[in-house]
Amino acid sequence: MRNAFVEELVELAAIHDHIALVVGDLGYSVVEPFADRFPDRFINAGVAEQNMTGLAAGMASEGYHIFTYSIANFPTFRCAEQIRNDVDYHQLPVTVVAVGGGLAYGALGYSHHAVQDYALMRSFPNMLIAAPGDPMEVRACMRYLVAHPQPSYLRLGKAGEPNFHSAVPEVQPGRWLKVADSQHSADGKRTLLSTGATLGIAMDWRNAPEYEQHSVYSLPLWSMASKAEQVAAAKKFDEIVTLEDHLVDGGFGSWMMEAIVGKPGVGARIVVHALKSDVCGTVGSQSTLNTLGGLGMS
Amino acid sequence: MVETTVLARAIRRNAVQMVRRAKASHIASALSICDIVAVLYGRVLTINPAMPKAADRDRFILSKGHGCVAVYAALAECGFIAKEDLLTYGQDHSPLMNHISHKVPGVEFSTGSLGHGLPFGTGKALAAKRMKAAWKTYVLLSDGELGEGSNWEAMMFASHHGLDNLVAIVDYNKLQSLTTVDKTLRIEPLAAKFSAFGWSVQEVDGHDHAALATALGSAPWAPGRPSILIAHTTKGKGVSFMENRVEWHYRTPSTEQLAQALNELQEQSHA
Repeated sequence: MRNAFVEELVELAAIHDHIALVVGDLGYSVVEPFADRFPDRFINAGVAEQNMTGLAAGMASEGYHIFTYSIANFPTFRCAEQIRNDVDYHQLPVTVVAVGGGLAYGALGYSHHAVQDYALMRSFPNMLIAAPGDPMEVRACMRYLVAHPQPSYLRLGKAGEPNFHSAVPEVQPGRWLKVADSQHSADGKRTLLSTGATLGIAMDWRNAPEYEQHSVYSLPLWSMASKAEQVAAAKKFDEIVTLEDHLVDGGFGSWMMEAIVGKPGVGARIVVHALKSDVCGTVGSQSTLNTLGGLGMS
Repeated sequence: MVETTVLARAIRRNAVQMVRRAKASHIASALSICDIVAVLYGRVLTINPAMPKAADRDRFILSKGHGCVAVYAALAECGFIAKEDLLTYGQDHSPLMNHISHKVPGVEFSTGSLGHGLPFGTGKALAAKRMKAAWKTYVLLSDGELGEGSNWEAMMFASHHGLDNLVAIVDYNKLQSLTTVDKTLRIEPLAAKFSAFGWSVQEVDGHDHAALATALGSAPWAPGRPSILIAHTTKGKGVSFMENRVEWHYRTPSTEQLAQALNELQEQSHA
């Protein structure tokens, strides 16, 4: 996903002069293609995320679309108030990019585990979360964000995720993307719905007997503002199984439940699969920790 | 060109009345910066009330957002908003919130949480450099605010990138929320700190209009370096019973106290 991100960013920046990248002294072997081609629009803000985000908002207020870039919790929690007040409240086009969403930096410890980021970002009224499930969705999200500049959060995996889409899909906030039909669908009324890099887990679970009647959807763009649209999507199903590599509290499944539970016409049973808090404070590979957290492969 | 001492007195009169009407706090913090704000709006800033978003305007950011009545009053005196708008300060649904609000014409940035103005202004100054624009960015900070580490992150960045189009002003009234700055979190030697961070530093009496105008009007003072003006001020300046009294960070003047404050300010206009 990281490579798709920087490739797409370079392509978009070649077209749009107002795109700039501000990094928090991270991105070695990732950001160089951008930095080499657009030195006037590449800024290393150093190890200073509050200033990185505040100055990104200041530049955005003068017409730039700024992508801030760092890993895991550094561009989000460390500068949460700058995102809340400077970016989101002023509705400025800053895209906060965190590489290593979920437990991608599993061995590096709790400091590097981004398992509460959705909770933070979904609490901001103007924020659009972009959590792509594969490199194609990364490109789709990037194109959407540049075409619709606004406060946004792009959460990237770093495990060399495969493509599940054959082409760059059309994305819209709140719109479910069908990734696969069910193996043995009786009525197409059950689905696995993933956001972010757990799309690969959803595709794996689809092969398990328990989920052989489930289709797979991805929801890469979601926000407070796109909650209302979930009712219409949910009405098509009898069972919605959500997946996310984030803690249950404040996460994607919780967001979906708030959006649809108790709404007229929605009869779907919703089952939330998110990380158990056992992962907090434990180190291991991403797959080891995902399994510990309840997201093991079939 | 407006006489800045006249403007400052008008700002002070408005400020005490707004705070009384809204039963608000922070009057002493606002009185502290009235002269700085008057010199900025009356002499230094290139601004046009008919075009508050003009591309070539100077950008002013009030980082100590709790001192907002001084800026709202200046905006009204200079024609950015109607003087009647000041009557809505702190009222339900008014854009004139009790911390500076970008929903008011002429205000660049909302603050209220300290330590946000300088990084934001640094971004504006960097944008201006990259766009080869001539306008400058001015950021007014409080002294207690310097406890926020984000300011020092921005200072390192601004000097590293040679942002000589960035001018910061510290309202150094030596009092903060509970007691003196010195007893809270010592910031001296302040000029030496700023200098060590790569900024060009000057110090003035923050109530001396001529000195303020000379210093702010001549920035940048060193090519390639951001400028910071340490403005020595008196918290509550202009109202005798508020000056240097920590409780006026919070208290609202009574009807009698408002009358006394307005009398004192009136007498100063005849002095």
